[in-house]
Amino acid sequence: MILVIEQILNGLQFGVMLFLLAAGLTLIFGIMGVINLAHGSLYMIGAYAGTWVAMETGSFWIGIPAALVAAALTGFAIETLVIRRLYTRDHLDQVLATFGLILIFNQSVTLIFGRQPLFTSLPGFFEGSVEIIPGLPYPTYRLLIIAVGLLVALGLYFLINRTRIGMLVRAGATNRDMVRALGVDIRLLYTIVFGLGALLAGLAGFMAAPILAVQVGMGEQILLVTFVVVVIGGVGSIRGAFVAGILLGVSDTLLRAFLPGLLRQVMTGPEADALGVGIASTGIYLLMVIVLLFRPKGLFPVGS
Amino acid sequence: MKRLLTAISLLALTSLPALADPVKIGMITTLSGPPGYLGEQIRDGFQLAVEKEGGKLGGVDVEVVVEDDGLKPGNGLQIADKFMNEEGIKLITGIVFSNVAGAAVPEIVDNGAIYISPNAGPSNLAGASCNKNYFVVSWQNDALHEATGVAAKKLGYKTAVALAPNYQAGKDSIAGFKREFGGEVTEIYTALDQTDFASEMAQIRAAAPDVVFQFHPGGLGIAFLKQYQQAGLLGQIPMVLSEPSLDSVILGAVGDAAIGIKGTTHWAADFDNEASKELVSAWKAKYPDRPLTTYGQQGYDTARLIASAFAKTGGVDDMDALQAALKEANFDSTRGNFAFGNNQHPVQDWFLTEVVAGADGKPEIKTVEKLREAAGDIYAAECKM
Repeated sequence: MILVIEQILNGLQFGVMLFLLAAGLTLIFGIMGVINLAHGSLYMIGAYAGTWVAMETGSFWIGIPAALVAAALTGFAIETLVIRRLYTRDHLDQVLATFGLILIFNQSVTLIFGRQPLFTSLPGFFEGSVEIIPGLPYPTYRLLIIAVGLLVALGLYFLINRTRIGMLVRAGATNRDMVRALGVDIRLLYTIVFGLGALLAGLAGFMAAPILAVQVGMGEQILLVTFVVVVIGGVGSIRGAFVAGILLGVSDTLLRAFLPGLLRQVMTGPEADALGVGIASTGIYLLMVIVLLFRPKGLFPVGS
Repeated sequence: MKRLLTAISLLALTSLPALADPVKIGMITTLSGPPGYLGEQIRDGFQLAVEKEGGKLGGVDVEVVVEDDGLKPGNGLQIADKFMNEEGIKLITGIVFSNVAGAAVPEIVDNGAIYISPNAGPSNLAGASCNKNYFVVSWQNDALHEATGVAAKKLGYKTAVALAPNYQAGKDSIAGFKREFGGEVTEIYTALDQTDFASEMAQIRAAAPDVVFQFHPGGLGIAFLKQYQQAGLLGQIPMVLSEPSLDSVILGAVGDAAIGIKGTTHWAADFDNEASKELVSAWKAKYPDRPLTTYGQQGYDTARLIASAFAKTGGVDDMDALQAALKEANFDSTRGNFAFGNNQHPVQDWFLTEVVAGADGKPEIKTVEKLREAAGDIYAAECKM
């Protein structure tokens, strides 16, 4: 039972990470109609910038604003220099251009930081684990990630539903042309949305850094799953990104943790492992297929 | 007089290319993505041996052509074809990962070129499908982890959880570990691109074994060890590791938390022989900021092996002679004893290591004792050559 709870917590933590990435991606895709493959690069830039500053200053906390600023600035630059020229082009051009950006960013980071992964150490309090229920010590830092993820979700909820800018974002996701026709500066809105998405990606990257290795190409590893989250949640929907992120995080973790064991009850060891790992790694895609079969526009469709 | 000069200069021109045309050596290796530093180490270790001789190996001018496979078997195959067909390269090396080797090596040896592995030694190429044009300088995959099994048994552990990525080298690693460990082993397979091991940590905690064995090369190993520490398992359940899961880069990333971890290796930077000392000091002089790993050592040894063969054959013009000269393994390996078995995989010694606090306070890998002597691999018997 304790094992199940621990795995659910792991899933939750993975889920909020996915949400941080997917929130930006879904807004950019939903409002601007741009497929941004370079979103993973923003995640990487956040991780590198934050970790580097944290290493130089010796303080993990100073790394946070550094990561946010670096990712947001890169986001603004990408939007003004590249994406802005692609709004009217079709998706293939956008995919090509942003894929090119991935290569450029990966190579630049390799040139600046080298191929060896960077590493941070956590502030003392978050190094170890706390016993949240008797017999279950859980890494303190992962609890922090869950808390930050939920706070961001709450913040975004207020931003989207309670503020003027949020209203414009919602309107933009529903009907772009109408918003423009009503005289809203859509260019500014796009830049803000892109910057916000980049900021969240940078935050996710920096939060992931102490757990994972900060390395070139780290963004691409998680990007694919993030797109699945966006599709399942419904393009343009923050709420969808949240629900789908948690759903995917938990189901992926539980499948990987328990499926081989369950299969071992009915099959021999190595075959059960091979099949279990196989099914578990395709599990989230299977989930996507099922969701799309019944709800072609995702769980929380936006607009018409 | 003028005519004579012209004749002489013409002669010089025609003979010059023959002198200056270096032998090309193709290097297919993984330079991009998380495990990029592995290929970088192999490449730089190899180049160090070339530079030591002033651009030559065994007195023969060489040019090393390096291409990145990006850990994609298809890319590896494509580069191999390009090397052989477009550039006329007859000697290839460099592959880091067994799945890339599995795609590219058969193509290379079937085309009559020679492949010398500085790292991957997958089981499927070591036994019945061994080939006279295929050499492995590093180790056979299983042998690498058999040593760890020996160590775990010797340290008195009875039950183990073994974790490895779900690909050829991962399966070889657990098979090798189990073969020598003899105790009860729970196997957990991870994905080769997986970096979050929280779920595995929970499974390890629930299984509560005597010891954990895990094979996660490069960035994966860093992530695994850090998360093992964060989960509070590092002080609880001891770990024995094979060398790819505990190289000096991983050690630098994990820091003091790694002190006390036991490992096994075929070479460590503290080896007391001339060849090894020479390599360590040359590396320190050239790359003061980067630790030398076993990958760098393997690249260096590969180049030294080629040098020993080139000293005899003078290049790649006679491939049969080159093959025979390589097989003799007539070079001073940085690891000490080295010979090729009948499947042209190494027969070498294995050592127990421990992470200790070094003189400068940073953790370093210290050799404790010899575990196995002149150990080959179990697939050699299946090789009819």
